[in-house]
Amino acid sequence: MSADRQALLEVSGLGIRLNTSRGPAQAVREVSFMLKRGETLGIVGESGCGKSISALSLLGLLPDSAVVSGSIKLDGRELAGLDDADYCKLRGNRISMIFQEPMTALNPMHTIGHQVAEPLLRHTGCSAADAKRQAIALLDRVGLPDPIRRYDAYPHQFSGGQRQRITIAIALACKPDVLIADEPTTALDVTIQRQILDLIADLVAEQGMAMILISHDLGVIAENVQRMIVMYGGTVVESGSTDAVFSRMGHPYTQGLFRARPRLGARKGTRLSTIAGTVPELADLPAGCPFADRCALVIDACRTALPPLIEIGAGHGVRCIRTDVALARDPVGVVA
Amino acid sequence: MSASVTIQAGPAPAPNAFWRRALRHRSFVVGALLCLAVLGAALLSVVWTPWSAYEIDVASKLRPPSSAHWLGTDVLGRDIVSLLLVGARATILVGIIAVGIGLTCGVALGLIAAAQRGWTEELIMRFSDFTFAFPAVLSAIMLAAVIGPGMVTSITAIGIFQIPVFVRVTRGSAGAIWAREFILAARAAGKGRFRITIEHVLPNILSILIVQATIQFALAILAEAALSYLGLGTQPPQPSWGRMLNDAQTLLFQSPSLAVYPGAAIALAVLGLNLLGDGLRDLLDPRLARQR
Repeated sequence: MSADRQALLEVSGLGIRLNTSRGPAQAVREVSFMLKRGETLGIVGESGCGKSISALSLLGLLPDSAVVSGSIKLDGRELAGLDDADYCKLRGNRISMIFQEPMTALNPMHTIGHQVAEPLLRHTGCSAADAKRQAIALLDRVGLPDPIRRYDAYPHQFSGGQRQRITIAIALACKPDVLIADEPTTALDVTIQRQILDLIADLVAEQGMAMILISHDLGVIAENVQRMIVMYGGTVVESGSTDAVFSRMGHPYTQGLFRARPRLGARKGTRLSTIAGTVPELADLPAGCPFADRCALVIDACRTALPPLIEIGAGHGVRCIRTDVALARDPVGVVA
Repeated sequence: MSASVTIQAGPAPAPNAFWRRALRHRSFVVGALLCLAVLGAALLSVVWTPWSAYEIDVASKLRPPSSAHWLGTDVLGRDIVSLLLVGARATILVGIIAVGIGLTCGVALGLIAAAQRGWTEELIMRFSDFTFAFPAVLSAIMLAAVIGPGMVTSITAIGIFQIPVFVRVTRGSAGAIWAREFILAARAAGKGRFRITIEHVLPNILSILIVQATIQFALAILAEAALSYLGLGTQPPQPSWGRMLNDAQTLLFQSPSLAVYPGAAIALAVLGLNLLGDGLRDLLDPRLARQR
């Protein structure tokens, strides 16, 4: 029982420095979160805020030139700096990933059956016949029609939604402890999105694994995860339980994101509000709060140093020194 | 696009479908026929030639074409047809072994370069640049100076000359495959660089390599002819097309047809391989395969 209470995945002070053509860039700084078994965490933020690269760092799949600082612990075992051979034993086995583009995430030269059975053969050491049986069961479970007959079909013979089901089957083949879903529905039709998210949610609950869901869509995050972190400019600007964050948004950026979202029932002709300015370049991030240049509440102190994470509720932290002002101005959020 | 359309089908491109498309492809058919003709000539020469290609009969030298000697005889009275048939053997042997050397070493090095990156890649690529700087003829002359002229010399020189070509083609196309998302997905599934190279990269660049190999085969034939012509390759009495050209050179004004026959044989073999490579490139391209 005590094992369940323990942190399964613990990331603290994660920093990633990349070498870009424009010089070294601190793509991620001071990212910390914890995940227990069976818990779901959402990471939300716009393109280039460092969410995907943080996810890749958990799998040790960053480019060779990237420098990782801080610590990533899986079941108490340090993963940062683990050599590639040891990492290979974890990937696909204890930590798996579902990618954004199902059209390109499958190898066009191999049958889908081969690709689903592959991690089973690799990590569990079962026989080929056994792997095939399990792979068919998996394909059936993810809702691929007629898996026995289509086991030997190639990826180009499937639709986008079906391919994403296949990549999910591959990711879940070895019953991982942690599943990372990086915008799993962004490339799919809206009607398929819901089916895929429901499927992932069912499987996560069924196998009792922990999930990290990455999305730029607040709606997807609100409906699918228990806890969330909001990233901006390579750092966590707000984190907490989904209910807490949505009922009381403490960071001006989170509030801006929420206001920029189209709503049903809004008066006709109402303009969506936007966040002025653009995302800062990772190569020249300001020393202080990365959101300072776009923030209406900015004061000089914001620009001097990266603000600390301030607790505004139980487990609800906001990286903003003006959060009291942000909370005091017209409250944004939905009452849970 | 066709993304949302599901085609209910069994295994994708059935072998039958490949051959049906192949037989409709004109340059593939012509190229394949020419290559088969050269291969057939070489095989035939092992079991049968109209006359012996080694027997010298000075009494009947430089005969014009007749019913006995279909294309006439050369300056030593040897039957031209027999020489052409046996000469095809040298051509094919040198081509296959030289391309084999280039393909194995070049593809292995290219795949390592693409998988390892960093200084390993630099080392391999600069080394292949270095090798590339020496033309096959020059390396053959250097080798001949060391181990003496002969078939082994020409095979080795041509083979080494082929390596950097395959290194570059492999590194380039493998590098493009490494950047694809399914490679990232394979890594996320826990595969190491070696397994990804064998299972994901190699099958995806195979068609490019096959096409390149046919073109390199044509170049090897030309290089072999050139080396034999210079006297560095196949040595007498072993006939080869390049040697026949060399022999014909001194008699160019008396009997020009002596140079025409081996010249035409070389030209047809090279043409055949180029057409075959061209046809294969079209046929093996999966984007074109899916259209029909």
